[in-house]
Amino acid sequence: MKRNLILRVLAKILIPTLLLFALYVQMHGDFGPGGGFQAGVIAAAGIVLYSLIFGLQETQKAVPPLLVEIGVPLGVLIYAGVGVVTWILGGNFLEYGVLDSHDSAHGQHLGVMLVEMGVLVTVFSTMIAIFYTFVGRGR
Amino acid sequence: MINFILLIFLAAVTLGIVGLRNLFAIVVLSGGYSFVMATLLIVMDAVDVGMTEAAVGAGVSTVLLLSALHLTSTETGPSKHSNLLPLALVILIGAALIYGTWDLPMYGDPETPVHRHVGPYYLENSVRQTTIPNVVTSVLASYRGYDTLGETAVIFTAGIGVMMLLRGRRKKSDAGGAGQGD
Amino acid sequence: MTDLLNQLNESLGHVNHWITIFLILAGLYIVVAKSNMIKKLVGLSIFQTSVYLLYISPGKIVGGTVPIISEGYAVYSNPLPHVLILTAIVVGVATLALGLAIVVRIKEAYGTIEEDNIYAQDWD
Repeated sequence: MKRNLILRVLAKILIPTLLLFALYVQMHGDFGPGGGFQAGVIAAAGIVLYSLIFGLQETQKAVPPLLVEIGVPLGVLIYAGVGVVTWILGGNFLEYGVLDSHDSAHGQHLGVMLVEMGVLVTVFSTMIAIFYTFVGRGR
Repeated sequence: MINFILLIFLAAVTLGIVGLRNLFAIVVLSGGYSFVMATLLIVMDAVDVGMTEAAVGAGVSTVLLLSALHLTSTETGPSKHSNLLPLALVILIGAALIYGTWDLPMYGDPETPVHRHVGPYYLENSVRQTTIPNVVTSVLASYRGYDTLGETAVIFTAGIGVMMLLRGRRKKSDAGGAGQGD
Repeated sequence: MTDLLNQLNESLGHVNHWITIFLILAGLYIVVAKSNMIKKLVGLSIFQTSVYLLYISPGKIVGGTVPIISEGYAVYSNPLPHVLILTAIVVGVATLALGLAIVVRIKEAYGTIEEDNIYAQDWD
């Protein structure tokens, strides 16, 4: 499909917008609708659009399958890791208040940001991994 | 009023999905169904859920169904058994459920038991305890953070499950000897 | 006139629940009666989305707004069903992905995805 001029121009406008929007939704999840899941799925949709227009080979050069395979468990590790860190610092599992020793509410905010980052990494990597697996079958 | 129109639209799209036999048309209609559902959720003040349903249902779900259609076939065969027994079962269940809805509270009533205890507690204490104005995010990540860890584990399991089932370079023309591709 | 409007308002209060029940029945009928596996998976996903409606419609308060705390608003809709349904949506797409992977393997093993043909191949 990359010889089609209209699709190429539209893709070059839409794909950066989608990735930026995913980052916006992730960061502003505290003040508006959003959060890790929505951001991960929107970013994955941007990469899927790239692969529809420019082909699977180009997409696998931009987002290598090894990176995606590492990303799938990495998000769960980040999330559980925050819990273990709060264990070590003296609180219960996933008690974010102990992350900041002076201000418990600020510790909660920090914990929520780290946790949403972990969710973003896992959701993005899983959607891309499933897409690569389905499309790579039977080649 | 717009609630009512969207609900009727949703029912019409579902009737289309039940009746059609071309799988490609069913997949496109299911994408449209997710879109109408997302609009309905936003009308009901659930903006986080509407955004997720639009991205996941009308985006990822449709892509997955289309790529599975590419690997299998796009037309359903004719049905070989009678549909009378399932229809009777479904009507019976429907009658029982509609009988159950007469006692439910009205739509939008603020005095129902749902709005006691936990909901107002989260609404009042979220900004003071976590400095996050979006109550849905603070409940999801902080008050009920353990459930979100389980949900992330579920996505992780689905990812590895699909990779384990479909890895390997099986050619479509290579019938028989299944399982050698892992 | 107000009597008729009151009666209409009373019965319209349950339209959400009736359409939800209709969607549950449609999803159930597709899963039980149709024999194509991908159509069954689409029916299962319709069944799951009807449950989202079932949970979120009691959470809405007429005159309330989105549960994001901001200046000038006093009444907010209940945020708890939103959280439960966010998890449910993601679990639904995970189920769909795994189900489709299994259907692809079934097609490669049996050559067909119609349930009747698979039973015939297994039991003859």
